[in-house]
Amino acid sequence: MTLGTYFDFVILPILTISVILVFIRLFRGPAIVDRVIALDLIITIGIGIITVYSIRQNQKVLLDVAIILALIAFLGTIAFSYYIEKQKDD
Amino acid sequence: MINIILAILSTAGALAILFASIGILRMPDFYLRLSVTVKASSLGVGLLLICAAIMFPDDASVTTKSIAIIFFLFITAPIAAHMIGRAAYFTGIPLWKGTIVDELDGMYNKETHELKSDPKDAIHKSTGKEDDQIAETDEETR
Repeated sequence: MTLGTYFDFVILPILTISVILVFIRLFRGPAIVDRVIALDLIITIGIGIITVYSIRQNQKVLLDVAIILALIAFLGTIAFSYYIEKQKDD
Repeated sequence: MINIILAILSTAGALAILFASIGILRMPDFYLRLSVTVKASSLGVGLLLICAAIMFPDDASVTTKSIAIIFFLFITAPIAAHMIGRAAYFTGIPLWKGTIVDELDGMYNKETHELKSDPKDAIHKSTGKEDDQIAETDEETR
């Protein structure tokens, strides 16, 4: 068993199952903050999937996408929490 | 030899991410879910990025990008978790019913959004089981 097949048949399926489990929480989540952290976690797992994919395809350029995704996840969570906190003020 | 190191690192990373996602699905309370997912997913993605940095040894740009992403994640994930947890406490998301003590009770000024640190300065502290933020049943937080 080479390292390539190990990445293809063990690591990527584990990450895919993780995304599906988090998506159940995104669908169910009783409050809106549950959905916000589920979205944040999905993007973070997406960074991991992009990393494994760039290892498998020998494409170093894909890591740039991972940088942008990390930025967007942070900004999205901050914006959501800012407006959720303002929500009940008036 | 380097293949074994890569296999161990990637397996640990993928398992950490899997435990984070099981945690976000199974934990009984928003705050417990938050504390599980942020730490475990940071560890998992960090290990996978270290894998990528080892995989391309002759290219300095991949190592630089991996270290940059790890640094950025480790800086920003606690800040985002703190802000969303604070917003959740302000909007009245209930705590798990097995919570023993709620130390933030009465410490936040809900008008000015200030945090008091001394327990003597607490304003409208909850008086009984009815008006605190701890949930009465499991179904409220699930």
